[in-house]
Amino acid sequence: MNSFTTWDVIRNLLLSVPWTLFLSAIAFVGGSVLGLILLVLRIMKPHSLGRAITWYVQLFQGTPLLMQLFLTYFGLALFGLNPSPLLAATLCLSLYAGAFLTETWHGCVMSIPKGQWEASSSLALNLREQLQYVIFPQAVRVSVPPTVGLGVQIIKNTSLASVIGFVELTRTGQIITNVTYDPFFVYGVVALLYFAICFPCSMWGRALERKFTFKH
Amino acid sequence: MSVLDFSAVVQAWPLFLEGLWLTCLLTAVSCLLGTLLGAACAWGRIQGPIWLKAGLACYVELFRNTPFIIQIFFIFFGVASVGFKMSAIPASLIALVLNLGAYACEIIRAGIEATPKGQIEAAQSLALSRWQIFTRVLIAPALARVWPALVSQLVIIMLASSVCSQISAEEVSYAANFVAGKTFRSFEAFMVVTACYLVLAIFLRKLLLWIGPRFVFGRMKF
Repeated sequence: MNSFTTWDVIRNLLLSVPWTLFLSAIAFVGGSVLGLILLVLRIMKPHSLGRAITWYVQLFQGTPLLMQLFLTYFGLALFGLNPSPLLAATLCLSLYAGAFLTETWHGCVMSIPKGQWEASSSLALNLREQLQYVIFPQAVRVSVPPTVGLGVQIIKNTSLASVIGFVELTRTGQIITNVTYDPFFVYGVVALLYFAICFPCSMWGRALERKFTFKH
Repeated sequence: MSVLDFSAVVQAWPLFLEGLWLTCLLTAVSCLLGTLLGAACAWGRIQGPIWLKAGLACYVELFRNTPFIIQIFFIFFGVASVGFKMSAIPASLIALVLNLGAYACEIIRAGIEATPKGQIEAAQSLALSRWQIFTRVLIAPALARVWPALVSQLVIIMLASSVCSQISAEEVSYAANFVAGKTFRSFEAFMVVTACYLVLAIFLRKLLLWIGPRFVFGRMKF
């Protein structure tokens, strides 16, 4: 029987870091695309579709991600699909990220003064031109710090994908613990690895926030 | 036979009810203690000695930049393995309180730092001590200022308590896991519990927004 040295533990945990980053990246990109589409729909049709989008946001913000993951995993199976943990995790995390991103960005667009809308429509810009040349360039500046914050949330929340069997950093930690019986060390290292990923992002987000608020 | 069959879930209703009760209990205790811890840490980070400021900064950053599931695993499995054994519910509570404390600290600190400087100077000119200034001048308006953000965080903690099922604390998502494992009606069980969480989240938000101005920062006296 071969035993795990300290270096083996750290090496295996480090090998699973790319999977956490990979899942975070897909969720963030998927969520961004979804969030942007929903944002534009919400601006275009404030009443009928807007309400459905509000429900979607409320549903994903008002329920635990853990339950959402289980529901996606078993729900896909109910439709006769045989979901891999990767498919279920990316789908669920994208929907989750999309809900948070669209809500945040909607707030940013709403924070643009009404005069900007009126001025741009008095210049006979259509909606696409208004958004492209007037509203989004300003809203993006406001939205960058909270978006970075949400990115950190998404990285942390990918850890929950371990419960449906997606092997990323947390799951690897569990597997190694089952072999070495040293949860103190293993989970300590896992926590430090997450910290090493998230903390620089948080600092970057805070720096951006400072940069953008002093401009006013 | 229909695709969705709730009979197995309905039969297990006492299990879900017990789970819901524990979820509410975990939420209530952790909200209360976590907010207190957050306020205390906010005081420490603003007025404490330098070593306390540094220690609290480390605590806050450590808990805000690691996933909750790892925190709870570390406390339940890790700390237990070096000699501090505890059962699932105390471990869940400690994890929830420490997690909320870190977030609440930053939220409350932001509220305190937004206090106009004149307020503190006025209090100082009345010869109030630093403790008196904090409790009588700073904390109540600060809480009022950040209450919506704090309420959101408390709702997030309620939702995060579902992760406690992973260390077999028998709250409502544990009940769902249990029923799912026993009857294979996984989707139905998780659907019911998700609906419960949604209702709880909406209710908790309304409740806290109602309580805040009336009982928390409305009539704060020390």
